[in-house]
Amino acid sequence: MDSGIPKAKEPFKFYTSFHLSELTGLRAATLSQLAGLLKEVSGSCIYHHTHRFLQQHQYLSPEPPNDFAYWVSEVLGEDELGEKLSSIDTIRFSTIRSLREKIIETIEGYLRDNPFAKLRFAGQGEEFHFIKSVSFVLPADYAAYDLIEFQEIVSRITIDSIYFHIFESRLRLEKGANDFSNWIENSLGNKKLADEILRLDPYTHTLEELRKKIITLIQKHALV
Amino acid sequence: MAKIEEYIPIVDESVIDDLRLLADKLKGRVIQHINSTPVGGGVAEILSRMVPLLRGLGVDTKWDVMKGSERFFEVTKKFHNALHGRAAEINKCDFDVFMETSRDNLNEVDIYGDIVFVHDPQPIALIKKKAQNKWIWRCHIDISNPHLKVWHFLRDFVVNYDAAVFSAPAFSQMLPIRQFLISPSIDPLSDKNRELPQETIDMVLRKYNIPQDKPIITQISRFDRLKDPAGVIEAYRLVKRYVDCRLILAGGTATDDPEGLKVLEEAREKAQQDKDIHILLLPQADLEVNALQRASTVVVQKSIREGFGLTVSEALWKAKPVVASNAGGIPLQIKHRYSGLLCHSVEGAAFAMKQFLNNPQYARKLGENGKEHIRNNFLITRHLRDYMLLFLSLYHPEDIVYL
Repeated sequence: MDSGIPKAKEPFKFYTSFHLSELTGLRAATLSQLAGLLKEVSGSCIYHHTHRFLQQHQYLSPEPPNDFAYWVSEVLGEDELGEKLSSIDTIRFSTIRSLREKIIETIEGYLRDNPFAKLRFAGQGEEFHFIKSVSFVLPADYAAYDLIEFQEIVSRITIDSIYFHIFESRLRLEKGANDFSNWIENSLGNKKLADEILRLDPYTHTLEELRKKIITLIQKHALV
Repeated sequence: MAKIEEYIPIVDESVIDDLRLLADKLKGRVIQHINSTPVGGGVAEILSRMVPLLRGLGVDTKWDVMKGSERFFEVTKKFHNALHGRAAEINKCDFDVFMETSRDNLNEVDIYGDIVFVHDPQPIALIKKKAQNKWIWRCHIDISNPHLKVWHFLRDFVVNYDAAVFSAPAFSQMLPIRQFLISPSIDPLSDKNRELPQETIDMVLRKYNIPQDKPIITQISRFDRLKDPAGVIEAYRLVKRYVDCRLILAGGTATDDPEGLKVLEEAREKAQQDKDIHILLLPQADLEVNALQRASTVVVQKSIREGFGLTVSEALWKAKPVVASNAGGIPLQIKHRYSGLLCHSVEGAAFAMKQFLNNPQYARKLGENGKEHIRNNFLITRHLRDYMLLFLSLYHPEDIVYL
């Protein structure tokens, strides 16, 4: 039976991603060392330390938005810099490279204004350890041709899949926008819904909250 | 033994579906685990649960145990302590004993895995049998500050592996091979962690003559100096000045830990005649450990060094407020003031215990947060996923792998 709901020519194919943490053996005990290593480490390291919390601490809110901010505040006691780092608006950056530059610029700017901060150091065992994220991307065996199917799958797929399409695909795979908005706009022609999903700041939601918000938005639009 | 489907009510069906997806990618590969003891200690405990579950997912997994004499295990215990940074007198004779047993095992242990997964230092020399297959060394020990003589000796073996796995970032070393961070896990369906009826808990307390008339502080650990049972007794005494309570120190010993009974005696001596201190030797009594944790008001893990500290995960899974040292893998499990309290000293441990005992609502909130943190990160289903990813990574050197 035709539900009257627009169908896409190309279905949305759901993928999922899993992450393995690879240790680099690199560690920083001071802000200068942190900034120096931030310039050298791979993009996979920057990605790990700015996104790990999303999946590992999804039940907690508020949460430190990135490992750099947490370490700077909790270990070095530089609360002001910690706040600056945690308030970096990650969603505004479309590449890891530009995000890395912003983090380095924030730390170096702070050190210029607060030279005594260079004297702070972490005690033994409290150094910052650089870790990189290895991603494994694989199809999740779900496909949707319209918003009803799409919403139904979003409601039961793993949060890892939602994470992949909203965060990883946009920033790590440098697709510019999240996969959901891309498909809804380009394959279903629903720019309004695509934009509304795009406007969500996913970094300030737990993954389950994000799932609920997306479903609510789809229901609002699918039922119009 | 639980089947993989039985975890669905705990972690959701989609998580189990994902495990099946990954297992499918490992079809045709044989995984061979090798460690040094079939029972006792965290490694054997994890393997005894994990191996059947991997098989249930369709990953061909085997588990072999190396053989060693009492003298060999005395030496490896010294190695263990030295890797934890404890000063140890290790001489050439010790290294000779280690190599002699290693040679015997090189002759006796059949290597047939496509992926050979060696746990801890005891079987490390088996790497000499490496052929075209892949080898992983899994270090369960805190080697953040190792005794260098022992580490350099072991490093010569480690560098020949394809990858090493550590439980905490601080344990990583500068090595020419890939190193991964994988935390161990607990099994929510095992006797040690499954839900228990109150009658069972009461029965266990009656069995050990532990009245439920005052708050109970508990540390569950092998009797090992690195777990600091003496420090726990001191902290309890500081708390007892203000809050009347009981202390339970309970744990077993492992076949590869000859020091255990001596430490148990030392703890008994330190407890003197305090009737509110209950020191229990519980070898392989998982259900009883479960009951004691559930009966506790506060759970403590005051380790001086810690590989990971699975007892912390066990207690948090039971939504208990936990006071634990900021050592090894413990800070991965406890986010200070969110999901438990971290401490660095006897005094700090005592202060944190009092905070919990005097503020039951605060204690309950942190315990609940802790349980969710464990559900997301430290259950065996996450561990199965990480191990399967680890196996797959051996065939994919890139940072983004499309399967």
